[in-house]
Amino acid sequence: MNAVVSPTVQASKPAAVPSAMRIQQKYLPLTATISLFVVMATLGSVFYTGFFAPQVFLNLFIDNAFLIICAVGMTFVILAGGIDLSVGSVIALTTMVSASLVQRHGWSPFAVLPLVLAMGTAFGALQGFLIERFRLQPFIVTLAGMFMARGLCYLISIDSIDITNPVYSAISQTRIPVWAFGEETASISIGALIAIAVLLAAIFIAHCTPFGRAVYAVGGSEHSAVLMGLPVRGTLIGVYTLSGFCSALAGVVFTFYMLSGYGLHAVGLELDAIAAVVIGGTLLTGGVGYVFGTLFGVLMLGIIQTLISFDGTLSSWWTRIVVGALLFVFCLLQRVFAARTAKPS
Amino acid sequence: MRDLMKHRLAWPVITLFVLLAINAAFNPGFLHIEWRDGHLYGSLIDILNRAAPLMLVSLGMTLVIATRGIDISVGAVVAIAAALAAWMIGGALVVVDGVATHVTRFPMPLALFAAVAVAALCGLWNGMLVARVGMQPIIATLILMVAGRGIAQLITNGQIITIYYGPYFFLGSGYLFGLPFSLFIVAAVFIALYLAITRSALGLFIQSVGINPEASRVAGVKARAIIVGVYAFCGACAGVAGLLISSNVKSADGNNAGQLIELDAILAVTLGGTLLTGGKFSLVGSMLGALIIQTLTYAIYSLGVPPEINLVVKAVVVFAVMLMQSAEFRDSIRSLVQKPARGEVRA
Repeated sequence: MNAVVSPTVQASKPAAVPSAMRIQQKYLPLTATISLFVVMATLGSVFYTGFFAPQVFLNLFIDNAFLIICAVGMTFVILAGGIDLSVGSVIALTTMVSASLVQRHGWSPFAVLPLVLAMGTAFGALQGFLIERFRLQPFIVTLAGMFMARGLCYLISIDSIDITNPVYSAISQTRIPVWAFGEETASISIGALIAIAVLLAAIFIAHCTPFGRAVYAVGGSEHSAVLMGLPVRGTLIGVYTLSGFCSALAGVVFTFYMLSGYGLHAVGLELDAIAAVVIGGTLLTGGVGYVFGTLFGVLMLGIIQTLISFDGTLSSWWTRIVVGALLFVFCLLQRVFAARTAKPS
Repeated sequence: MRDLMKHRLAWPVITLFVLLAINAAFNPGFLHIEWRDGHLYGSLIDILNRAAPLMLVSLGMTLVIATRGIDISVGAVVAIAAALAAWMIGGALVVVDGVATHVTRFPMPLALFAAVAVAALCGLWNGMLVARVGMQPIIATLILMVAGRGIAQLITNGQIITIYYGPYFFLGSGYLFGLPFSLFIVAAVFIALYLAITRSALGLFIQSVGINPEASRVAGVKARAIIVGVYAFCGACAGVAGLLISSNVKSADGNNAGQLIELDAILAVTLGGTLLTGGKFSLVGSMLGALIIQTLTYAIYSLGVPPEINLVVKAVVVFAVMLMQSAEFRDSIRSLVQKPARGEVRA
């Protein structure tokens, strides 16, 4: 009798567990990231005086505004199963073109801003076209795009160009107070506001529009998406175009932040953006992930840097080692989740 | 088969000769080689010597790409190996019996061995992540690419370590039989690898893993072991390249040593006709690819074009090569040149 009962108990177990687990599992990487962020913030507040302040938290947004914006663009590309290595150099190119036109040619900033945004968008669209039309590997196409954009920076100027234009300085220095309790006040920059706006818009696009759903479908399985009659070609070109636009916008925010144009701006930023997306819980195989998670990926990178600078005794290169270790842990987690979801079926 | 091989290498060879011809046309003394200070001297020798680290990395990268992988951490591994070797050798001026001599912190052979061993371990780590954990190659190696430079800076303590030890410089700037010593290292690695691949089934195994990992596993090929092996080999190659680079510039910079070499190596492999989709590969092609890149760089410098434009030229070359490899592009161009079995491996 026992021998008959025990198998049924065992058999019913796996059936019961997944249904309870599945909802959790969907959000598990995201939950892990957010809890780790909270833990790090708590640790920082306990160990370092002055860490627990609204301004320290808002500085994460101010100092990483450009990273949030381009990581959001990267999230769409990775969700669709691709990768974009050109984001850092598109940022550099945007700062360079802006600085050159405004400072050297006396253009109005209001003409330059739309122009550079259009330029970045076109750059992304071209990459997307090459990838989609000629079935080229995204890695190589965007790698060449990265070379191209950085090279174009140097064609404009080898040296850094400082921006003294009053409009740029004004935007750069504006701080909007968002918190005032007695003595403690905290404010936020225009760049950070743009980043938050982009984030909200991206969450809307990803979850509430046909384009967003198509991105998830294409990333999940391009073949199935084709069979379902989804506009796969348009979606693929679309994500790279969106990423190009985001990079250009990040470049604009970066120009406000640095007030200069330079070919060596944002070197290696593409790695930070990819790391942020992965830490934010998006699967690199495409189809699974959240734009909201990317925000926490970026904040995580930011808080590691803040912790290391608050500590003062740790050298800056520890940032890279810790980010590498985090990447490893999260990739490992992803594999474990993937293995677990694959088993029950 | 032999005709196909010739065909595969036709493009790289033509590109290299065109670049050499351009150099020769604009720079009359380009092809001139003379005997000076007990060794051969000339632009061609210079190109060969400077291309040596890239050739080594490209050899390792070819095998990795043949298994459908990619290793973007080689630049960081170059930096780690260079930093470790520089730290272990260091070099201090000590006066012994009235003669000023340089002394190393550890014996040089030990330092060389340690640097290459650590580099191979880095490769092994990548290989384990890819083959055992099952991560995508680009992500598995991204981890080391991000962390690696931090580790290199940890070894150098954030400084640029200058090396003061004569014998070490022989690696990167010494001459043997009138030729740069680095070329002998490249040749040794190349010949060993070439023999291993042509005289045993290893080359076949690597190709089969690249074409279809699952099928080759079912057919009894130890796919995992081979993948781990090629990543470890790629790491070791990057380590030796790190030794050559640090020996050539007599210092190790954790932040900048081997910067962008991963991209140049991938470019060299692609130029050499190996498809990034894995499978068929050509070691000779990759060597030619590395030489093409170095010759291109040399041409840009000698033509008096600002070196920064190098990046744009490289980008144009990559785009051109990619498009030529793309079946869709060739179809749409309708140049209707029949190219059998190229670019057909796509899944």
